[in-house]
Amino acid sequence: MKIEKKSEGIKFPYSEKVLEHFRNPHNVGKIENADGKGLEGSPACGDMVAVYIKVEPETKVIEDVKFESYGCASNIATGSVITDLAKGKTLDEAKKITWKQASEELGGLPPIKAHCSVLAVEGLRAAIRDYEEKHGLVTEKEPTTEDVVRRRLKHVMNPLTGLDIIRTNLILKISVEAGVVRVVVDLPEDHQFAPAIKEDIIEKLGALWDVEKVDVVFTA
Amino acid sequence: MIYLDNAACTRLDERVFEAMKPYFFDTYAVATSEFGYSMGIDAKEGLENSREGIASGLGAAPEEIVFTSGDTESSNMALKGVAWALREKKGKHIIISKIEDFPVLNTAKTLQKQGFDVTFLDVDAEGFADLEELKKAITKETILVSIQHSNQEIGTAQDLKAISEICEEKDVLLHTDATHSFTRLPLNVKDLPVDLVTMSAHTIHGPRGIGALCIRKDTPIVKFMDGGFQEFNLRAGVENIPGAVGFATAVKLVTEEENRQLAAMRDRVIERALSEIPEVTLNGSREKRLPQNANLTFHYVEGESVTLHMDMRGFAVSTGSACFSRSLEASHVIRGIGGDHERAHGSVRFTFGRYNRMEDADAAIDAMSEIVARLREISPLAKK
Repeated sequence: MKIEKKSEGIKFPYSEKVLEHFRNPHNVGKIENADGKGLEGSPACGDMVAVYIKVEPETKVIEDVKFESYGCASNIATGSVITDLAKGKTLDEAKKITWKQASEELGGLPPIKAHCSVLAVEGLRAAIRDYEEKHGLVTEKEPTTEDVVRRRLKHVMNPLTGLDIIRTNLILKISVEAGVVRVVVDLPEDHQFAPAIKEDIIEKLGALWDVEKVDVVFTA
Repeated sequence: MIYLDNAACTRLDERVFEAMKPYFFDTYAVATSEFGYSMGIDAKEGLENSREGIASGLGAAPEEIVFTSGDTESSNMALKGVAWALREKKGKHIIISKIEDFPVLNTAKTLQKQGFDVTFLDVDAEGFADLEELKKAITKETILVSIQHSNQEIGTAQDLKAISEICEEKDVLLHTDATHSFTRLPLNVKDLPVDLVTMSAHTIHGPRGIGALCIRKDTPIVKFMDGGFQEFNLRAGVENIPGAVGFATAVKLVTEEENRQLAAMRDRVIERALSEIPEVTLNGSREKRLPQNANLTFHYVEGESVTLHMDMRGFAVSTGSACFSRSLEASHVIRGIGGDHERAHGSVRFTFGRYNRMEDADAAIDAMSEIVARLREISPLAKK
């Protein structure tokens, strides 16, 4: 004898649509020579998303968008749906895409997973910002100072801890002089994460309007 | 579904169910009715025979076994019971290992809030408690050391002999959580001076809702739950006699041959994963581990995604990823052995049971190999 069901039953925390996007995510991968790139999250919070965009220079329409994810089902599904939503939109339209929209599109996301899925939206916005900076579309040009660099580097993760490289005191020194930013990282050059950190630092600072060169120096 | 999460819970053995049945339908009296009517005597006989069965599996005396609702209650009883019994007489210091399961870990944290001092002992990269640190940590104020027999996630089996010798020499009580090792690894309290042992039936194809705490004779302990006078006046509440009978039957059914089979499946998963899938790390000790446990980190992929893909292919496995847990915290065990967040997130635990066969181990690794490759394809962390 089975226990009679009084309620509609306990549901799987993910909707069928989330599972479908998780199973077969759209727009997955990397765009080589992308016009804009955004990387959000860290292994510490369990999720990380990279978003790449190709933009038509005249119309500012996102022609192609792809994402990579190190994350849970909620994260992958949101990356998939966000890139679907962004494709064909202008940068200004794409900037307005919200997590709520993505969540609705997916038939709802478990509230506890909000932080995992919001990263895809942040990743898209970061990619757009990156494009705008590289193409001089940022109207207010703030001069690059040590503080600006520090703020930017808060988005570079220290894979050893999963927290950013500023919070984890991985940065020993920052200097900005005549368009050259010099960042001293407290890691040996042959450390397994050194190349990834270097690439990320150059990525985050190189696009600043008044920066001509980024020197990343390791301590040994 | 190929179930490889036997550390969470095992399928009840039908022979266990058959043994329990009469205590639901025929001999359903409570044991405290022994002076009233004969069904009470029969019920008590079932309970006491079971007690004897559990005791003999551990080398203890029957009166040293107290039935509980499971390992959580057993560990609560051990830690709170001893702490409350000794706080005025000896001191308020307790030592536990950093990688204990939640019943011990969170009970210790509760005691900490109540004014007890708790030392969370470090473990090495394989999960072994640092014995030199243990020696140094014990003071005149120390009333109890609680170090698990084996770890719930990474399977590492502690050197309980060395730990118990230190505790005996320093005259400190020792509790061990043997939830995952009882009947799977040798443990005999006749040979080892362990004062309290936590056990549970749900990990060895017994029923849920029944466990036991072995309390060696003369161990100072007070009850932490008020009510009737059952279980030597240490555990109030109507006795779960069908559960106790089921537990004792489950203990009897575990054989050395079965443990060897489990170890063979464990070894197959570990060896195939390490040799066939790139960038995999074994978590825990290779040599001194539970026969039923394989825990591996598949780098650059996230555990919840792995378990979900495994589920879609018909496998139940577990992970130490934060996304898998409602607390959204990565496994304290992997972090405790020095693993970073990425290692914890990508850890996958395969635990075998009586109903698994070698084909299950092979099929799981075949599936893992494909899933990991697919997830690495889309991972920004993976080297491509």
